[in-house]
Amino acid sequence: MSEAAALTVTDLVAGYTAAPVLDGVSIGAQPGTITAVLGANGAGKTTLLRTISGLVRPRSGRVLLDSASVTRSSPEDIARAGVAHVPEGQGVITELTVEENLRVALLLRARRDWAAALSGTYELFPVLGDRRRRQAATLSGGERQILVIARALLTAPRLLLLDEPSLGLAPRIVAQVMDLVRRLRDESGLTVLLVEQNARSALAIADQGIVLSHGKVVARDDAAALGADEGLRRHYLGF
Amino acid sequence: MQEFLEFTLGGVSVGMVYAAIALSLVLIWRGTRVLNYAQGGMAMFTTYVALIVINHTGSYWLGFAVALAAGLALGGFLELTVVRPAERRPPLNAVIVTIGLLIFLEGLAGIIYGGQYRSFPPAFSITGLTAGSVALGISPSGVFTAAAVLAAAIALALVFRYTSVGLRLRATAFSPDVARLLGVRIGRVLTLGWALAGLLGALAGLLVTPTTFLYPNSMDAIFVLGFTAAVIGGLDSPVGAVTGGLILGVLLSYVGGYLGSNLVEIAGLAALVLVLMLRPAGLFSAPAARRV
Repeated sequence: MSEAAALTVTDLVAGYTAAPVLDGVSIGAQPGTITAVLGANGAGKTTLLRTISGLVRPRSGRVLLDSASVTRSSPEDIARAGVAHVPEGQGVITELTVEENLRVALLLRARRDWAAALSGTYELFPVLGDRRRRQAATLSGGERQILVIARALLTAPRLLLLDEPSLGLAPRIVAQVMDLVRRLRDESGLTVLLVEQNARSALAIADQGIVLSHGKVVARDDAAALGADEGLRRHYLGF
Repeated sequence: MQEFLEFTLGGVSVGMVYAAIALSLVLIWRGTRVLNYAQGGMAMFTTYVALIVINHTGSYWLGFAVALAAGLALGGFLELTVVRPAERRPPLNAVIVTIGLLIFLEGLAGIIYGGQYRSFPPAFSITGLTAGSVALGISPSGVFTAAAVLAAAIALALVFRYTSVGLRLRATAFSPDVARLLGVRIGRVLTLGWALAGLLGALAGLLVTPTTFLYPNSMDAIFVLGFTAAVIGGLDSPVGAVTGGLILGVLLSYVGGYLGSNLVEIAGLAALVLVLMLRPAGLFSAPAARRV
């Protein structure tokens, strides 16, 4: 794994129509930490990730990876700079096999690394090894989530953006996914930005939390402090 | 029985030309969701290039190779210069751009080469083959046509299935945003897709023109039938494109042979309308929402 990166987002304004979805968002994430991005539907969480990864072009503001600006770079260049974005709804390429999905991620690495990286992935996620020749369309929801996270890791990211990894998964699988994200930080020292509806499980593994509402940051604190804030929980987090 | 064999083999040979055009349309459709109406015009243009090289050098195969290279270059060039700027606009813009491109290429060919019909040489003899005293309805040239398209289709399938370039092409076709997020430079991939389509179209032009003469509109009817073959196969499916071409070629050969050759074009159109009415997604494609 390459060296984890710090993320600095400053005054980001972005959206799809005249009204901005992100209205001056600033956040920072230290290398090797998990930042939970919370808030109601439509608060701008997904747009924040899509803007960081380049799928949405910001109107103003800056995105820095360590000290290098990736603002307005193309998604493919941002991916090559070390940002892995696992989009909402998972982004499995269902027409390809499990292994082909993984191989797409390897395309940006040297060919001599491919075999070792693949066998490392199958060791870490045996379920993918068992199903490597199957169409990705045949995987269950939990297996797909593992596939897209494993695929993102194969790009050797310095920053991992996860959009609602628990969406549509059974509670037991959610716990496994969250445990995997925590291990990625603890064992690989990865920087993670974790967007979640499920605030409770996200804050349980996060170092810090950020609450978005109507495109603005309304709260930012240690994960523990956010989870303990009665008013915030009732207003924005729903638990 | 002998007639049946003749019509079938003749249909296979023509059908493979439709298959080549269909395959080129599918390549572009899968990558960019654009129907390239200029595909026939591009093939006409590269066939003129071949004719000039053949007339100057006397070598058929040099002309053949130059035309294929020209198809590759023309496809890539048009994607970069004309199609890409239209891509960000509403989908209909790109379709209209390709129609404009067709009119432009046919006009340009008329200005440069004139409108008269020119004969174009076949690669091999067009005298029908016989088995003993039985006419087979197919010539060495027809055999070459079928074999060349089949070889191109198989080569393409192998590239798609087993190479990194093929994986890029497929990932980009199925899920462009996911491909980009994994670092695939999809702009280059789309240019390559158009280039390969240009190559296939050039091949189709070289193979069919000995039977049609060469003039600025010479590929129009072939394009319509190639398009029909692509729709029969379902615009998303390369296997469907080849199968659709074969079905259409053989079908039209029977119509021309048993019912009269003046019915062939109407039958082609009827086949298109029937497929669009009964199975609009084609025979080989899972029905799905699509934009044209």
